Amino acid sequence: MSYLHLAILAPLLFSIFIPFFYKIFRRIHTGWFVLPLPIILFIYFLTFIPITSNQKTIIESLNWIPSLGINFTAKVDGLGLLFALLITGIGALVVLYSIYYLAKDKEKLNTFYVYLLLFMGAMLGVVLSDNLIVMYAFWELTSFSSFLLIGYWYERDKSRYGAQKSMLITVFGGLAMLCGIILLYIMTGTFSITEIVPQSNEIFHHALFIPALLCILLGAFTKSAQFPFYIWLPDAMEAPTPVSAYLHSATMVKAGIYLVARFTPVFGESSVWFWLVAGVGMITLIWGSVFAVKQTDLKSILAFSTVSQLGLIMSLLGVGAAALHYEALDDNIFTVATTAAIFHLINHATFKGSLFMAAGIIDHETGTRDIHKLGGLMHVMPITFTISMIGAFSMAGLPPFNGFLSKEMFFTAMVHVTEMDIFNLETWGVLFPVIAWFASVFTFIYCMILVFKTFMGKYQPEKLGKKPHEAPIGMLISPIILVSLVIIFGLFPNLLSDSLISPAMAAVLPSLLQVGGVFEVHITFWHGLTIELFMTMGVIIMGLILYKTYPKWKKIYKAIPEKLSINGFYDGTIERSQSVSNKLMNMNMNGSIRSYLAYIFAFLIIILSTTLIWKNAFKLDTSNVSSIGVYEVVLAIFVMVGSISILFVKSRMTSIILLGAVGYTVSLFYVLFRAPDLALTQLVIETISVALFLVCFYHLPKLRKFETRLTFKLTNALISFGVGAVVTAIALSAHSNKLFSSISQYYVENTYEEAAGKNMVNVILVDFRGFDTLFEITVLAIAALGIYSMIKLRLNRGKEG
Amino acid sequence: MFKLVMTISLIIVAISTLLYVYRLVKGPSTPDRVIALDAIGINLIAITAIISVVLNTSAFVEVILLLGILAFIGTVAFSKYLEKGEIIENDRDQ
Repeated sequence: MSYLHLAILAPLLFSIFIPFFYKIFRRIHTGWFVLPLPIILFIYFLTFIPITSNQKTIIESLNWIPSLGINFTAKVDGLGLLFALLITGIGALVVLYSIYYLAKDKEKLNTFYVYLLLFMGAMLGVVLSDNLIVMYAFWELTSFSSFLLIGYWYERDKSRYGAQKSMLITVFGGLAMLCGIILLYIMTGTFSITEIVPQSNEIFHHALFIPALLCILLGAFTKSAQFPFYIWLPDAMEAPTPVSAYLHSATMVKAGIYLVARFTPVFGESSVWFWLVAGVGMITLIWGSVFAVKQTDLKSILAFSTVSQLGLIMSLLGVGAAALHYEALDDNIFTVATTAAIFHLINHATFKGSLFMAAGIIDHETGTRDIHKLGGLMHVMPITFTISMIGAFSMAGLPPFNGFLSKEMFFTAMVHVTEMDIFNLETWGVLFPVIAWFASVFTFIYCMILVFKTFMGKYQPEKLGKKPHEAPIGMLISPIILVSLVIIFGLFPNLLSDSLISPAMAAVLPSLLQVGGVFEVHITFWHGLTIELFMTMGVIIMGLILYKTYPKWKKIYKAIPEKLSINGFYDGTIERSQSVSNKLMNMNMNGSIRSYLAYIFAFLIIILSTTLIWKNAFKLDTSNVSSIGVYEVVLAIFVMVGSISILFVKSRMTSIILLGAVGYTVSLFYVLFRAPDLALTQLVIETISVALFLVCFYHLPKLRKFETRLTFKLTNALISFGVGAVVTAIALSAHSNKLFSSISQYYVENTYEEAAGKNMVNVILVDFRGFDTLFEITVLAIAALGIYSMIKLRLNRGKEG
Repeated sequence: MFKLVMTISLIIVAISTLLYVYRLVKGPSTPDRVIALDAIGINLIAITAIISVVLNTSAFVEVILLLGILAFIGTVAFSKYLEKGEIIENDRDQ
């Protein structure tokens, strides 16, 4: 166990102590105890930067289940470190923010911080695990802790709905991912990503390649809220705002992005990968940005914008994977997509975190998040306004913020797509820049709505729940830090390029790198009058026009009714699957033993007869059959007449007597087939059981003593006929397929020699196979005791009496 | 010759048992059926005896004895049931 393992597990271990801090130090906000941990972890992970920027990785292994190849292998490379820094850094800011956001005396702080720390540890585990099974374990832990955090205010209906929805969707994807991991294991024989990556060429031609790819992508798409699985994210906004800021903008939803980036070296060569990742990313981008404009709740706008931005990053990763097809690094213009993806990943975490925190402040200080009620808050909350404005302008892609840079690089990458000559991109590639541009226009519109509807316009204090005022300084620290990062990364983007982006790219595209080489990442603010710049100007102009005319064209959103949306589909599916399975169960499980018997016998017939026919097993061989004597025929007629007439007699008394007659005839059969012991026993037992039947008959209640014939039912007749026919066929085939001779000769020879008896049946019962007899005695004893206790023990007698 | 006689007698007993079975099924009152059952039991004794002669074995003598006892007990039990409505009387009820 190294320090690295300790660092990953530290949040999980620390969460054990949170309830004690909460109980013992009631007067201090529990968050203060939590705060040092992410800061220490952040500083600890910062020390890895010099190592990873030299293109080195650190691998520490800890045995867990070595016999199955499952070890807790922690690996720090550029990509993992980038995510670890995001998780711990934003984690520290979110904890600080939550200290001021959640009231000490009203909220259950102990559970909140336990869940949050669980999540933080799980997330660190996801990004730093090299072993896929361990990563999956942490992956599910993120789903569970996210479920707990969304349902934090569990007394609200909407929280529970959102928590359940996100749980169902992400766990569905997680299970699909587990399938993908197992398929990869079947192909490569290892769970370690480091060992899978060199085998990517062999995997590529394996039959299971496409299923594994689809399963892994399903996991990534559900977690990262891609189309059409994005629907859980807007409903997850019922969580407390620090949770939304942390999980649903900066970290958890990027786990899918991480997964796609991590598996790019494995799957990236495939055209399916390119089209799915880039295509779904594009659809998510445009869909999310278009529907974000429609929302009226601040957090809903931010949720849809998160969806859209995640689609953007995803599509960039897809385009970046296409770079694997161009070997020469010197003129590889497509790696810019990967650079943009990683850069935007960082940028999005900064500005989206600050925007969520600002939305939380507005909610906290005014009592509402509805943009129809808000307005004119600029003079009341100037600092929040500045924060929101910088965040939103960065998101819209305006200079001089970091969003501008990543958006320019996004356009660059998308324009380069049209130059690609693989995967049919000559014909369809032109769609990429067009969709990207339209999505950016809508992004611009909702960013403007976010800022101007909230802070400009008419001040309506009568609609607000509280008298608004500026937030306390503690609440503002975290968003201020984040927006200053927005500006710093915007003005000095190369701070990041060598330290974080280049090592992360080396992890995503390892095959493009010569030994000892480094990706030259150089982000410049001004890159000349290129097409990207004109596209950005077009976005701004078009966005301003559409924003000004928004009231006129917002009716188009009503064109699609709620029922036809994906949410409607999800709700309908949940509801229908419940009602259909309910109906199905009520139809089958009707509580009547008759129908269950019918199912059992019908299945018996179907399974046995199909096996007989399928395996061609029915065989009739008469060579081994003895001749039939007249006595057997007579007795068989007796048995047949007796048993058939049971079906047709009117009185139950008669059928009991007939049953006895059949039993006696069977004992005659025993006589005829020379089994005296069996005949004796059969006679006595038959007499006793007939007597018992008569006792039952005597005690029938008077009301129910209908003397009616058995009613004829065709299905019952068919089933009983079928069972008889199948059993007869099997008995005949079994007799005709005798493979080995009987072992009875041994008994014949040894009954007297070994066991000193002349009655062979009795010697077998008590000597050769005495063990069975012992337990049959036990059965009889249990039956006797059972009958005695059923008669004597009447626990509900008191109620009746 | 001996075998033929045995077969003929067996057939005769079998026919008579079949006729008893007809009475057993048909009926009309319960005592008729009980008597038919008793007679079937006795016929079974005869059949067992003849078969053990045919099979040339003495292993079925116990079966004959047992059949006799059971037929007697069964008929007595039935008769008591028909007469009193129960077979084993409970002392405490008296």
